[in-house]
Amino acid sequence: MDDTSEATTVDRTRAPRPTRKWMPAPPKSVVGLAVTAVAVAAAVLGAAFLTVGAVRGALGELEAETAWADVWLYAAAASAVFLFVPAVKGLETALKARRLARVDFADARAATADAGEKAKLAIGYAVAVLMVLAFGHFLIANEIAVGRTFFDVGLIFETFHLVGKAFWVNVEIFVIAEVLVLIWGLLIAVARLAPGRAGAPIRLIATAYVDLFRGLPAIIAIYLVGFGLPLTDLPVLRDMTPTMFAILALTLTYGAYVSEVYRSGIESVHWSQTAAARSLGFSHGQTLRFVVVPQAVRRIIPPLLNDFISLQKDTALVSVIGTVDAFNQAKIIASNHFNLSSVTTVAVLFVLITIPQARLVDKLIERDQKRMRAGG
Amino acid sequence: MALVEIRDVKKSYGGVVPVLKGITLDVEEHQVVCLIGPSGCGKSTLLRCINGLETIDSGEIRLHGDRVSGPGVDLDALRRDVGIVFQSFNLFPHMSVVENITAAPIKVLGQSRAEARERAMELLARIRLDKKADEFPDRLSGGQQQRVAIVRALAMDPIVLLLDEITSALDPELVSEVLDIVRDLRQEGMTMVLATHEMGFAKEVASKVCFLYGGVVHEEGPPSQIFSDPHDERTRAFLQRIIEAGRL
Ligand SMILES: Nc1ncnc2c1ncn2[C@@H]1O[C@H](COP(=O)(O)OP(=O)(O)OP(=O)(O)O)[C@@H](O)[C@H]1O
Ligand SMILES: [Mg+2]
Repeated sequence: MDDTSEATTVDRTRAPRPTRKWMPAPPKSVVGLAVTAVAVAAAVLGAAFLTVGAVRGALGELEAETAWADVWLYAAAASAVFLFVPAVKGLETALKARRLARVDFADARAATADAGEKAKLAIGYAVAVLMVLAFGHFLIANEIAVGRTFFDVGLIFETFHLVGKAFWVNVEIFVIAEVLVLIWGLLIAVARLAPGRAGAPIRLIATAYVDLFRGLPAIIAIYLVGFGLPLTDLPVLRDMTPTMFAILALTLTYGAYVSEVYRSGIESVHWSQTAAARSLGFSHGQTLRFVVVPQAVRRIIPPLLNDFISLQKDTALVSVIGTVDAFNQAKIIASNHFNLSSVTTVAVLFVLITIPQARLVDKLIERDQKRMRAGG
Repeated sequence: MALVEIRDVKKSYGGVVPVLKGITLDVEEHQVVCLIGPSGCGKSTLLRCINGLETIDSGEIRLHGDRVSGPGVDLDALRRDVGIVFQSFNLFPHMSVVENITAAPIKVLGQSRAEARERAMELLARIRLDKKADEFPDRLSGGQQQRVAIVRALAMDPIVLLLDEITSALDPELVSEVLDIVRDLRQEGMTMVLATHEMGFAKEVASKVCFLYGGVVHEEGPPSQIFSDPHDERTRAFLQRIIEAGRL
């Protein structure tokens, strides 16, 4: 109270503090950057034609040279000309900006920003093209060794039906395992949050389980389950197929991960929500079921999908217990033909099913961030 | 016999710093008891102990003469009958307004969906929010959210309603719409215990004002006496500061 009354009495005996002048400055010229962009575009265009020459040579060795292939190759190389569009525009604008700087700083700044953006655009695309060219050289190096080993198109087509069919085993494993993991993980998470002193042993067991299976490499879990359990000759277990063991092992492993995802989701719901629910007479279980878990689920979908993506990839590990999945099938083909192209097929299949999910995760995260910014 | 009897209640968090050091307080039926006192003096803690959200270390709390503190008490049953409304509303964000109100009657009391909804709409109409029944809480103003939170507690038909600084998170112009509901409830004879910094309001609605300080009830009495002629030195100093801050 006392200090506020003091602060209101302004000392008028001193002269006001002089305000410093704002000194407008011209923008930094980007002519150098723009010239670099033009030079880079020219270099990339040259590199593109050199690469096309090399590829034609390689095709000649394969006796796969055709007039159409030439047309396509040269058209692709010539398209590098488009790099000059932003590069040259950027240079023009940069020069214009330099002239404008003598007249009006604001206009000059806008032109400079525009020029810089165009030059960077040209350089960015040039770098991308260079990477593609480098990959092209890698493929055809050493008499197309890389291309032949990994991308034998003939073999890929020939064996696709075998690999594709075996891939269904992977799909079957991960779809079933994902459903089981969703249920099992939630059970573990709820067990880890068991309340009170009576819940302590349950929490302890659940924690031990999670620690164990989070630390255990999936491949070892699969190995132990797939080879060990049949040896026990226990009823039920001895009648299970390798695929079923694979599903069991992956469920146990990913159940541990997913229970952590659930748990962090549940704990991210503010305790005041629990207080509100309990004070309306909801029991612990009802509070989880009607109030906490429904709010947690929205937040855990992105991390959950990430875990599912790695589960899907880990289905390739089941080949260690002899399940004929896509990878195992591809390895068989690879050793028969002394060529890895069938494995490339599997790789591509895995990548293809992952991409849409990865994009979905991005979308969901973006949506949640938008909600946060909107304050909801 | 008072409706709520609080006898020598002691409570500390983590067994270290005592917050309540022996609170004794009676709440008669139809009374509105206002808890006032400096920030951190334990008003919220006391309210949370009354409906069992916090456990007490010693002493006892009785409802209709029945001991509702200590081991073996069915806390879910207690909380069903002792409603509480929080400073920060705590509506369920994933449920619409009407779902917020009907969830507990349906899931806890076992009312039918139609029955619960009908009652909820009645209550919403009383606070003139029936048009917002199917909106989600984040589309409501703070004052509207707090009114819904009160109605949510009322839908359980509580014996006592505890209100914990229900207006302190609200913009000044929204305070009155919330306080109006409390006035209405008082008219109907709802027994309430409220922690508040709104001294003017406490003066107007309280049957009894309790000044909490240092973990005990320092002074209690009718508002006319507490606000105009406080006997206790500390009460006087506290009210003096409130008056200086322009809040009375
Ligand atoms: N969960 C908790 N754990 C530890 N200490 C706590 C907890 N909740 C409250 N306290 C402490 O207990 C004391 C009383 O808190 P309480 O919230 O009951 O005060 P209050 O009178 O409601 O204050 P305000 O007017 O600011 O709401 C404070 O010192 C606070 O720091
Ligand atoms: Mg408080």
